Amino acid sequence: MQGDAVNGGSESGSMSTVSREDNMMVSSEDSSCPDEYELELGLGLSLGGGGSKLHQVSKTGQYARILTAQDFPPSSPSPSSSSSSSFSLSRANVTAGTKRTADPVAAANGSSQIAGWPPIRAYRMNSMVNQAKASVTEGFNSTMENHKKETSMVENSTTGCYHNSGNTKLRKSLFVKANMDGIPIGRKVDLNAHESYEKLAKTLEEMFLETTPSVNSAGSIALQRDMTNKMARPSKLLNGFSDFVLTYEDKEGDWMLVGDVPWEMFRSSVKRLRIMRKSEATGLAPRSQERNQRQRRKAI
Amino acid sequence: MESFELKRSKDSVNSDQSAHWSSFPDEVLERVLSRLKSHRDRSSASLVCKDWYHAERWSRTNVFIGNCYSVSQEIVVRRFSRIRSVTLKGKPRFSDFNLVPENWGANIHAWLVVFAAKYPFLEELRLKRMAINDQSLEFLAVSFPNFKALSLLSCDGFSTNGLAAIATHCKNLTELDIQENDIDDIGGSWLSCFPESFTSLEVLNFANLTSDINFDALEKLVGRCKSMRVLKLNRSVSLEQLQRLLVNAPRLAELGTGSFSQELIVREYEELESALSNCKNMHTLSGLWDAKGIYLPALYPACTHLTFLNLSYAALQSLELAKLLPHRRRLKHLWVLDTVEDKGLEAVGLNCPLLEELRVFPADPFDDEIVHGVTDAGFVAVSFGCPRLHYVLYFCRQMTNAAVATIVQNCPDFTHFRLCIMNPGQPDHLTNEPMDEAFGAVVKTCTKLQRLSVSGRLTDRTFEYIGRYAKNLETLSVAFAGSSDWGMQCVLGGCPKLRKLEIRDCPFGNAALLSGLEKYESMRSLWMSACNVTMNGCRLLAREMPRLNIEVMKEDGSDDSQADKVYVYRSIAGPRRDAPRSVLTL
Repeated sequence: MQGDAVNGGSESGSMSTVSREDNMMVSSEDSSCPDEYELELGLGLSLGGGGSKLHQVSKTGQYARILTAQDFPPSSPSPSSSSSSSFSLSRANVTAGTKRTADPVAAANGSSQIAGWPPIRAYRMNSMVNQAKASVTEGFNSTMENHKKETSMVENSTTGCYHNSGNTKLRKSLFVKANMDGIPIGRKVDLNAHESYEKLAKTLEEMFLETTPSVNSAGSIALQRDMTNKMARPSKLLNGFSDFVLTYEDKEGDWMLVGDVPWEMFRSSVKRLRIMRKSEATGLAPRSQERNQRQRRKAI
Repeated sequence: MESFELKRSKDSVNSDQSAHWSSFPDEVLERVLSRLKSHRDRSSASLVCKDWYHAERWSRTNVFIGNCYSVSQEIVVRRFSRIRSVTLKGKPRFSDFNLVPENWGANIHAWLVVFAAKYPFLEELRLKRMAINDQSLEFLAVSFPNFKALSLLSCDGFSTNGLAAIATHCKNLTELDIQENDIDDIGGSWLSCFPESFTSLEVLNFANLTSDINFDALEKLVGRCKSMRVLKLNRSVSLEQLQRLLVNAPRLAELGTGSFSQELIVREYEELESALSNCKNMHTLSGLWDAKGIYLPALYPACTHLTFLNLSYAALQSLELAKLLPHRRRLKHLWVLDTVEDKGLEAVGLNCPLLEELRVFPADPFDDEIVHGVTDAGFVAVSFGCPRLHYVLYFCRQMTNAAVATIVQNCPDFTHFRLCIMNPGQPDHLTNEPMDEAFGAVVKTCTKLQRLSVSGRLTDRTFEYIGRYAKNLETLSVAFAGSSDWGMQCVLGGCPKLRKLEIRDCPFGNAALLSGLEKYESMRSLWMSACNVTMNGCRLLAREMPRLNIEVMKEDGSDDSQADKVYVYRSIAGPRRDAPRSVLTL
């Protein structure tokens, strides 16, 4: 390279304007709380009693939070125990923590995650998630092989991108970005891989609160560190309620607390997620009609 | 080649001139130098003397910038005035695996603004790992009336609206290549934005997108673009639609199908087969999502001349691959999923004697419990049958030192050897020893090796071997390996042609980092994450080497003194000013 060492042209912040189209680029650090928050609340997602109807829960005005151990009823394992039970030192439960997509398969397994490993691009990860779903109908298809020339085959439903029949087991992925305050790297979560707020919160918790930082030598140390982190984790949440609330931006651009509306409605209107510090979650607008009542409640 | 041409013409013209050979007519020199295509040749030529420097820069039409922060826009446009084609690469490669903060930088817009002023006749833009938003795409579309080719690989920040702008405004577009990007896929209507009068498209690749496109618009577009030679569809395009497209584009050289499974009656199947077999020029085939073995025979007639077959989105079993391959003896490049298993790879070894490149991707990278995928045996089988193999990317769950030694003995011409044993730090599964000897064999035997990715349990010995033997190595990727600083020191002390070094999760610290002081200026970049480097070490490096940019990205909650992620690169543009808060520039 030749030429003078002149400073190159600078540009003012790579994401200068935050338009609708651009909002995907804005990390949680850059986006500030919208001014239209009028309520001061420490509300979040209420997850008491697995599978409860969230309508009702919100009406009773329960406060919500990122999952804590108390949230899980005895029937379902607590996050820490489920993770450690499926976790063994003999194998590395690894996943590519790609910024462009989460790995719902690994998240569902509750496996610990080494960010960015194995080194597979997000694009390929996305496609493979859909492959895994496609294999559901493989067995069925192979029985039809003998009739190939005579009859038409029953459709091996594709990933459901374009055929959304009710019977299909396959479904389109619905990845939305998720960011957590204080963590520069966002993740993506497939909402269609979760059937409820609980599952979603669990996945998010695994993604953001169980990330394994540096390792000092080969894999086994990484795993040990991970264990340590898991044990350290409860201290973040054990004060009863988390310091964080889970919020989402809907299609109109409003930031809402997660958990107020039925899951399906949420899924159809969510654009992205943000795990917000409670201190910043002032005046998020829940859709419930008890808005005024909530106003008087103190943030926890 | 080009450099010989240079010599001959110079000699013949100068035979009766004075001894000062630089009094060579400029136009002739420029004409000769314009034949040089390789960037490295051009760089060499420009260093000869001032006249050659100027002749080279005036004749250059294509500029390649491997690191967008290594040079400023002003410097580029000042030196080169006649650029028609730009290739720009941005983020460090590990951004592909979520190791780089999202807003790190590498935004194209400032470049576009300068290009619009200085290169109004720009025709081609090829970007890799750059951030580009819809406004920039629209700006691009309206600012360059001659714009012909846009290629976006592994970029992010834009949506299909940006593509709509390109389709609407670029009247002379010949190439639209959208690959593996992080796109906000709002819908397929962008395709309808190509005007009815538009006929110039030769390359269209939208496999990246997931949503349904307007098939009617696509069919018409393909029908009127008679020069189309590359068409890569997305998954939403069905087999029946594929057949309709192929009827209009029999001259396709590269085809990426949509989803390769659909209910087909006999007549439809035969029509598809016929349409495919009419594509006599087809040498590259990809796509094939969800491909079922029963439909693959439809491809046979089309594929007699295939040289590149990408099955990495089709979860084929070993038998299906074994049936497919005997028709494909001319294959040079093959990408598969590890669902084909070792048996499938045996079939590769038996049927593809001309194979030069093999990539085996994992279908289920996160599930260690399922015993499947490929092992050392499959790789060895391929090596016996494919002596010309020189590029391999291999994801597996077990490997042995002996297997790798055999493999490189069979295939000594490796230029790219990327082996990923998916369990970090896993030893030789037979002897339980580290995999040092495996990579030792690779570097000792494969003297042409340019790119190496190592994995498994590795001690410093591996890096001793690499430093000592890998004379042509340019790119080295290391993860979960090494025992001490010595390992990295060996690499930095050897490997004379090293350009890119990327390291994660290794026990290399400040001593290692600082041992490469002089080396880094001859390299494009160094990446170190989750190692033992501290802020002090980085500051020391920054102080000693002012012509390097040192960037540190810290993780939330980490020790203040730790430098969690370090990115070092040479630059004549000085430290960049657009770094976000999370990136510290030292």
